Amino acid sequence: MEHTRYLIAGSSHAALEAITAIRMHDAEGTITVVTRDAHLPYSPTVLPYVVSGKSAPEQIFLRDDDFFARNRVAYRPNAALVGLDAAANVARLADGTALGFDKLLLATGATPVIPPIPGIDAVDYHVLRTLDDALRLREAAPRARRAVVLGAGLVGMHAAENLVKAGASVTIVEMSERLTSGYFDAIAAGMIERAFTDHGATIRTGSRVVRLERTEAGSRLTLADGSELDADLLLVATGVRPDLAYLAGSGVDHDKGILVDDAMRTSRADVWAAGDCAQARGFFGDDKIMNAILPDAAAQGRIAGMAMAEDPGLRDYAGGVPLNTYHFFGRHAISVGRAAVPEGGEERVRHDPQSGRYVRAVFDGDGRLTGMFGVNEFFDGGVMAQLIVRRMDLSAERERLFANPLAVGRELMSRTWR
Amino acid sequence: MGRAFNTIAFDASKCDGCGDCMIACAQAKTGTDDVARSRIQIVGRDQAFELALCRQCADPKCVTVCPAGALAKDGASGVIGWDESKCVDCLLCTIGCAYAGIALDEASGHVAKCDTCDGSPACVPACPHGALRYVTTAHIYNEVGDWEDLFAPGLAGCQGCNTELLMRHTLRRVGPDTVLATPPGCVPGMGSVGYNGATGTKVPVFHPLLTNTAAMLAGIKRQYKRVGREITALAIAGDGGASDVGFQSLSGAAERGEQMLFMVVDNEGYMNTGMQRSSCTPYGAWTSTTPVGESQRGKTQDAKNLPLIMVNHRCAYVATASTAFMEDLYAKLDRAIEASKSGFAYVHVYSPCTTGWRFPTQLNIEVARKAVETNFVMLWEYTPDTGLHFTHPVDDPLPVTEYLKAMGRFRHLDEAQIEHIQRKVVENARFVARLAEQGEAGVVA
Ligand SMILES: Cc1cc2nc3c(=O)[nH]c(=O)nc-3n(C[C@H](O)[C@H](O)[C@H](O)COP(=O)(O)OP(=O)(O)OC[C@H]3O[C@@H](n4cnc5c(N)ncnc54)[C@H](O)[C@@H]3O)c2cc1C
Repeated sequence: MEHTRYLIAGSSHAALEAITAIRMHDAEGTITVVTRDAHLPYSPTVLPYVVSGKSAPEQIFLRDDDFFARNRVAYRPNAALVGLDAAANVARLADGTALGFDKLLLATGATPVIPPIPGIDAVDYHVLRTLDDALRLREAAPRARRAVVLGAGLVGMHAAENLVKAGASVTIVEMSERLTSGYFDAIAAGMIERAFTDHGATIRTGSRVVRLERTEAGSRLTLADGSELDADLLLVATGVRPDLAYLAGSGVDHDKGILVDDAMRTSRADVWAAGDCAQARGFFGDDKIMNAILPDAAAQGRIAGMAMAEDPGLRDYAGGVPLNTYHFFGRHAISVGRAAVPEGGEERVRHDPQSGRYVRAVFDGDGRLTGMFGVNEFFDGGVMAQLIVRRMDLSAERERLFANPLAVGRELMSRTWR
Repeated sequence: MGRAFNTIAFDASKCDGCGDCMIACAQAKTGTDDVARSRIQIVGRDQAFELALCRQCADPKCVTVCPAGALAKDGASGVIGWDESKCVDCLLCTIGCAYAGIALDEASGHVAKCDTCDGSPACVPACPHGALRYVTTAHIYNEVGDWEDLFAPGLAGCQGCNTELLMRHTLRRVGPDTVLATPPGCVPGMGSVGYNGATGTKVPVFHPLLTNTAAMLAGIKRQYKRVGREITALAIAGDGGASDVGFQSLSGAAERGEQMLFMVVDNEGYMNTGMQRSSCTPYGAWTSTTPVGESQRGKTQDAKNLPLIMVNHRCAYVATASTAFMEDLYAKLDRAIEASKSGFAYVHVYSPCTTGWRFPTQLNIEVARKAVETNFVMLWEYTPDTGLHFTHPVDDPLPVTEYLKAMGRFRHLDEAQIEHIQRKVVENARFVARLAEQGEAGVVA
C-alpha cells in the first residue's frame, strides 16, 4: 500500500495554507494532496466572476504544477476521499486505491444544500460551488429570460446579479424575512435589496417554495402563498454544508461539521480538519460554530498544518469571527464581527440615504468592539478584526471610531501593533 | 537561502505630519493631489504621527485570502504585486491585512497598495524631515549570503548577540585566503577556535594570548610573505584584549605598519568572563567590578577612546563602525582590506552586549542604532591622506538618555551622572568634529 507522511484531502484555501505551513517546518516529509476536483486549485469565491465573465477560467488558479513540484507535493485531482479507517491510518479513494498516512488533514469544504422540495429531483437546476458548476452557469446565463434564484445568501445574490446583468428577469426567493441575513441588519439589507430592485430584480423574502414541476421551458415553482413562478433557469443557493459521508465508521466526531479543538485536531489523534468542513470554536463564546468563510478557512488551514508538522510556533486558534465583503452593482459592503448587540452593549448607526453611506458599530458592555458594518463606507476590515480579536477597551475612542472608522482605526492600529 | 529585500522605513519621531509624502505618492500613482488616494497614509494627531503603509510582509495575509490569485509576492523584489487583470474587486484582501496596507481607492474603484515605485519610492525624497528612508542594505545580505560561510555552523553566542553576524560577514568578505587570530574573549568563546581538535573556521585560526595577538599575527604574516603567499592577516579581538593588556603589541604593530587587519569588537568590557570592566567601559556603567551599591554607582572613569589613539599611530586606515549601519560597515571593511595589503588597518565595531548590558535580546540592533543617533558613538574613518571624516554625521543628536534608558546597566544613574555622560558626549563630538574639520581643510593630512 502506498504511504505518505501528510495526506491532505481537498485542494482549496484550507489545504493550500496547510501545505505552506507544513513546508515551513518540515522540508522533507512526503505530502500527498487528493482532491475531488479535476482542476488545479481555485477558490469557490471567484466563481461568480467566472460566471459574469470578469475572470477568465484559465486565470483563476491559485497554484500551478510548478508550485507542487517545488514543494514536493504529489497532487492528485479526480481522487475523492470516500472512506477512512482512522484506527489503521488508511484512506480510501474513489478509484478504489487505499493510501496509508501518518497524519491526515480533512479540508474538503462544503457542498450546496439541496432543500427537500417536492419535485426538485424532476427539474434541472444549477448550483454554484465548483468551476464546472460555474462554467455550466456561464454558458446558460445568456439564454435565460426568466431566472429564479432560491436563497438570498451571498452566493445567491452574487449569482442573481450576474443573471440580471446577463439580461434575464430575475426573482430571488428567500425563506427568511431578510436577505443576506447574518451579515447585515435591516437597513443595510434594505440598501442591498434596493440596488437589486432598481436593476429590475424581484425579491420575495419570507417565501417558501412548496412544489417544483418540470415545464417545457424549464420549471414552475409554487410558493406557500399559492403564487406560481416560471423559470427557464433555476439556481439553488440555499446554503452549504459539508458532505461527510466518508467519515462513516471512522470514529471522527462530527456535528454540523467535523468537530475540532483549538489546534484543529479532531477526536482522532492523527486526523485534523480545517475550513468549511470543520466546526471550531467561535470567537464570541465557547460554542463550536460553522464559520464558512475564506479567511477562516485559510487561518484554520495554517494552524492545522503547523500542528501536523509539530511547529513549536503554533498558537491556539483565536476563534472564528464572521467577516465578509460584498460587492454589488458597483457598491460595496463590509461586515466584520457579530451583528447582534451583546447584552449590556450598544449599537451606533449612521445612515445617509442621500450618499448611500451607512455605518453600524457594535460595542459590548466593556467598551470593546464586537462588530463593524459598512455600506459604501470603506474602512480597513483587517484592522477592525484585530480590534475585535484583541478585545481592546475602546471606551475612550468609541465616539471617534464610530465617526471615522477608517482614520481612527488606522490610528489605533499604528499605536498598538504596528 | 532566503532573500532580504529593500524596504521603506519610517521614523515617527521625525514626522511632523506635513503630508508631503502623501502628495508625492498621489501624484506619482494617480496624477492628482488627492492625498486620500496616496498609498502611504500618515495618521494620528496631537503631534504623534504614525503610518499606514504596506509592509510587503514575508507571510502576506492579503495574498492568502485573495480568491482570484491577483496578489503575489515577487521573489526578486519582495514587493507584493497587484494584477489588475485578475482582481475581482471583492475587497477580501482589505480584511486580511491587519496593517491597512491595502485599501480601496474610491476614485478608481479598485484596491491600491504601495509597490515601492519599482525601487525608487516617490514618497521618500519628498519627506523634508528625513522621517522616511529607503533602506537598501538588503543587497549586502543577498550578496554575502551567496559567498562561502567560513565559520562552522552553530556558533555558541548569547541570544541576540550581533557578534556572530559580524564574524560571519567579515570572514565571508575577507575570504578564504586568510589567517585568523582570535585572542581570549567572546569570539573564541563562541567557537572560532573550535572543539575537540577541529577548528571552528574553514581558514587557519589560532588563539594567541591576550597580550601578544598583534605580535604573533605580524610574525605569521611576515612568514607567509617570505614564502611568497598572499594572505590577509586578520585579528578579531575584544576591547579588553585590545585596549588593556594587548595594547602594547597592538600599538607596536601599528607603529611598525604591519600589514594586517585588526578588528576590535567593542562590547565595553570583559563580557565572556563575567562582565568585568575594561578601559572601554563607559562612565557610570554597571559591571561586576564596578558594582552599584551604597558607595559606588557604576564605573567612575570615562572610557578610553581606542580608535582615536589608533588615529594617532597614523595607521593606513582607521574606522569606527556599527552593525546598525551595515552599508557603512561594509564600505569600511572593503577599504580596510585594501589598506591591510600595504599597512596597518584598524576597524572598531561597537557591539552591544545583550547579556552584560542588560537589554532584551531582540533589541541589539536598536541599541546600536540609538548609540549612533545620540552621538554616544560616532561613525567616521581616517586615512593619512584624507584625514578624518564622518561617514554618518548626526547633526541633530537625540538626548543621550534615549540611549541610556534602552538598557539595564545604566538604570541606577542619577541626574549628575547623566549630566556627566551628556557633557562627555558633547565634548567627544566636538573633539572628533575638530579633527574632521582639520582633515577636511588638509591641516592634519
Ligand atoms: C459563490 C461563492 C461565493 C463566495 N464568496 C465568499 C466571500 O465573498 N467571502 C468569503 O469569505 N467566502 C466566500 N465564499 C466561501 C469560501 O469560498 C469558502 O469559505 C472557502 O472556499 C472554504 O475553503 P475550504 O478550503 O474550506 O473548502 P472549499 O473551498 O470548499 O474546497 C474544498 C476542497 O475539497 C475538495 N473536496 C471536496 N470533497 C472531497 C472529498 N471527498 N475528497 C477529496 N477532496 C474533496 C474540493 O474539490 C475542494 O478542492 C464563497 C463561496 C461560494 C461558493
